[in-house]
Amino acid sequence: MTHTVLVTGVSRHIGARVASVLAADPEIDRVIGVDTAPPPSLSGDGGVPLGRTEFVRVDPRGPDIAKVISAADVDTVVHMSLVSAPPRSGGRALMKEQNVIGTMQLLGACQRSATVRRLVVRSTTAVYGSSPRDPAVFTEDAEPAEPPAHGYAKDACEVEGYVRGFTRRRRDVTVTTLRFANFMGPGVDSPLTRYFTQPVLPTVLGFDPRLQFVHEDDAVEVLRRTATEDHPGTFNVAGDGVLLLSQCARRAGLVTVPVPSSAFQLMGELARGAGLVDFSPEQLRLMRHGRVVDTTALAAALGRRPAFSTAAAFDDFLRARDIAGGLPVAVMDLLTRTVTR
Amino acid sequence: MSDVDRRVAELLALLRRRVTGEYEVDEFGFDPELTDKVLLELVRPLYRDWFRVETTGMEHVPADSGALVVANHSGTIPLDGLMLQVALHDHHPARRALRLLGADLVYRLPLLGHLARKSGHTLACREDADRLLRKGELVGVFPEGFKGVGKPFSERYRLQRFGRGGFVASAIRAQTPIVPCAIVGAEEIYPKIGDLRLLARALGLPYLPVTPLFPWLGPLGAVPLPSKWVIGFGEPVRTDEFDPADADDPMVVFHLTDQIREIIQQQLNELRLRRGHAFPPFF
Repeated sequence: MTHTVLVTGVSRHIGARVASVLAADPEIDRVIGVDTAPPPSLSGDGGVPLGRTEFVRVDPRGPDIAKVISAADVDTVVHMSLVSAPPRSGGRALMKEQNVIGTMQLLGACQRSATVRRLVVRSTTAVYGSSPRDPAVFTEDAEPAEPPAHGYAKDACEVEGYVRGFTRRRRDVTVTTLRFANFMGPGVDSPLTRYFTQPVLPTVLGFDPRLQFVHEDDAVEVLRRTATEDHPGTFNVAGDGVLLLSQCARRAGLVTVPVPSSAFQLMGELARGAGLVDFSPEQLRLMRHGRVVDTTALAAALGRRPAFSTAAAFDDFLRARDIAGGLPVAVMDLLTRTVTR
Repeated sequence: MSDVDRRVAELLALLRRRVTGEYEVDEFGFDPELTDKVLLELVRPLYRDWFRVETTGMEHVPADSGALVVANHSGTIPLDGLMLQVALHDHHPARRALRLLGADLVYRLPLLGHLARKSGHTLACREDADRLLRKGELVGVFPEGFKGVGKPFSERYRLQRFGRGGFVASAIRAQTPIVPCAIVGAEEIYPKIGDLRLLARALGLPYLPVTPLFPWLGPLGAVPLPSKWVIGFGEPVRTDEFDPADADDPMVVFHLTDQIREIIQQQLNELRLRRGHAFPPFF
């Protein structure tokens, strides 16, 4: 049986890496990558060799995607094009259209297709929201106390809703929904990684959230496995263990500036206006209450634990950006040497 | 290396770990090192010298398996939770970490919420209780909640209603024993003789107490009275004789809840007699 895989969102880092590992798999005959913009050039920043991936530029809001699927007899669809931050031009309205209308168009095309057998959808643990009334650890069946009402997290909830509808209508298609924790790693560029590359970290006064990261290598491996094997269901994907925000700051050797939550929100909006960092209300809530998910279901399904724990993923990111350690460590080491000599 | 040198080296190693973030917290945010070396260290003088806490029946708390400690709640400000935590950490042979289940109010408030998580506690909800018990942790609950901790001084040592018995259901599901616990002494630390209801409602608090010292003496009114404390652990009540499915049977749950409540009330009465005066040797 021939395999043709369609990957959406290949112009962004994780999407490109998934397309490239699938293209390197001899079992797969064709890999078709689609996105709104062509992938960044290899010589430039963040370019990933796509191998024999065929790139098609598609507007996700239109019916073009259906033509691609029917013309190429696609049997596996990896839907990666959920965007977490508004694009530089267009803003929130365009982001919502890309996320929600784009998914509806794709699901409509899959529904009509006679060849599609497997669908993998990238979602996010942000669908659980973040509130003081939630359990400490979310399992896949958890019902959040306060479901997200804004931005990316709300888009992801709506996307998951449409995917559930599709699963009911096409029971012959294996559907895997992967809820990823925040991506972390050398090549990741997200609001959170940009946050950690600032010279000082504003934090919310009186809160120290628990954070969880998934290393990009683990994310790519999970996507590769689910795109080539049948693992129906919804799974959380995150590195083992947690890091507190204060712990992240210490590991990075960064100075934190605790600010009251109202000022934090204002700063976030100003920074967003200036195009520096994107801080949505959802992220503000994450910065207060944090979020941790249970990953035992995925480990049982794949028979593998992530190679990078949350802490290891963060350390790898710090190493790649060359921001690890710094002054406090040097001072401590000097002090230890002087005293214990 | 001399003893002093070794202690200095240990302290420096600890500081280095703290400064560089090279320590571990569990998925609930529990930071054992911070709890032991800093947070509990701050409360220990209160435990040792102010309340002169005594413990009895420590042998009833299992050393290496999950259990649910169910205690009475009192004192207007929940210091009883902290004292119970110190007792189990410092005076149990296995130095057990107590994981309390608290109200969501705690986790909404700045500072208090993350300190509670760092010292090992979490939200009182079914998911967290089940998860901790399954991991073999020692979980603590105060089923009376605000009704107990905020009751007037005239009702001291009288157990309030025990809610819906969610804690019993969790213990049955996890098949872990329930250790009844009576805390004597907390009732007298802030004798609540009045309640500023309107102000409490405006501040979103469950109550705002009037005590003999508060609010008359301002911040000085926040100093707890030095009552004598006794914390007693009773014989564990087994739950593995039930089927885990019985956790959904309200009759079983209510019956066992009442049974536990009676045991604790009886323990309270006995320990209170044994302790004698709250403020020895005067009254």
